Amino acid sequence: MEWRSGWSGCARGRADVCLAVPGRILDVGDEHGLRTARVDFGGVRKSVCVETVPEAGAGDWVLVHAGFALQVLDEVAAREVLAWVHGDGSRP
Amino acid sequence: MRFVDEYRDPERILRAAAEVKRRATRAWRIMEVCGGQTHTILASGLDQLLEGSVELLHGPGCPVCVTSVETLDRALALAARSDVTLVSFGDMLRVPGSHGDLFGARARGADVRVVYSPLDALELAVKRPQREIVFLAVGFETTAPAVASAIQSARKRDVANFSVLVAHVRVPPALIAIRSSPDCRVDAFLAAGHVCTVMGTSEYEPIARELSLPIVVTGFEPLDLLQGTALAVEQLERGEARVDIQYRRAVRPEGNVHARALVREIFEVVDRPWRGIGVVPGGGLALSPSYADFDAELRFPERAASAPQEPGVCRAGDVLRGALRPPECAAFGRSCTPERPLGAPMVSSEGACAAYFRYRLADVSSEGAP
Repeated sequence: MEWRSGWSGCARGRADVCLAVPGRILDVGDEHGLRTARVDFGGVRKSVCVETVPEAGAGDWVLVHAGFALQVLDEVAAREVLAWVHGDGSRP
Repeated sequence: MRFVDEYRDPERILRAAAEVKRRATRAWRIMEVCGGQTHTILASGLDQLLEGSVELLHGPGCPVCVTSVETLDRALALAARSDVTLVSFGDMLRVPGSHGDLFGARARGADVRVVYSPLDALELAVKRPQREIVFLAVGFETTAPAVASAIQSARKRDVANFSVLVAHVRVPPALIAIRSSPDCRVDAFLAAGHVCTVMGTSEYEPIARELSLPIVVTGFEPLDLLQGTALAVEQLERGEARVDIQYRRAVRPEGNVHARALVREIFEVVDRPWRGIGVVPGGGLALSPSYADFDAELRFPERAASAPQEPGVCRAGDVLRGALRPPECAAFGRSCTPERPLGAPMVSSEGACAAYFRYRLADVSSEGAP
């Protein structure tokens, strides 16, 4: 599976303070009392705290920052951005 | 759908840029306030694509860059203690304080470490109970929930050797400070998407209304930034000023209510000095009194030996307010480089100077080097 970090073309690792990366939840369990998921980032798997996204489950895409899931991504809204440039140029 | 690659497609980017240019009847100045966005703009050449239609200004979008010299000096003083392991995100280690940086402290024998997550710092404390683990917490509202979670978890697990030096900053008050400065050139803001993923948009509504300023909550990929710019231009052309959300796949108007509740429990809003901008009223987060036992400032008496000093030639403050483009600084690429930075914006992988150095140094050199 192809993996591109949140930032393509960057040789250095980016553990930046505002970068958040989309990943897909494999399963959800518990680690040290915190709701924790195994998340797949295009082949790289990491443990991610999903304490504040209680609705997230296996198969959901989450936005992850500093080992912490910030939100479940909305696929419908994600496609709307792409539709904007393929539409008639009207208001996005 | 992979949520990344689709937004980097060159054909879509060109069409979107054409759409922005079609909408703009004058050269609007639009400021982004997240370093991740700054890097996307320069890496993809969005500023060049929009040249003549829209000028993209870069704001103080880098928490590492606005962390005060006082805080860095405090961190350096703590790192000098033989019982302390100082932990932070990688970028913080190379930011110059008054006298050197944390990398230098590590070279001199201090125990300074880098983590990806504040939760990793907590695990380090659990594994090494004989050490005092101090986490230097920098970041916008994006990072605050992870830090809050680590602190809450430390309380529940009774981890006594974990504490936090809190340098968190809040974006909305800084927008007001930038807009209020006499040399402000901003017509509209692109607000940082991930900050609003956590916080939502409620704090931005009164700012847009009272300052008559369009604010568009925008994502981080090239297509996101062009669509955000198009939405801002549309408001400007119509004389409107409200909050729009471009980054709807990740931002709900209410934000993440669970994360906000967590942040509210652990932190309280305080005034905070921003490097380059000065004290921003309500511009920071500090530990709330009920979590004061995790406050490294209270746990350790160490203070810097001398008053904080900014490097003289560095014009980071002007860069952070969008008043100066990095290549216009006399030190840029000459006495100041990512390897030997004079100021934080050249250090951080989110800093505006580092972005220009990485993506535009060739252009600058060809304009006529000394």
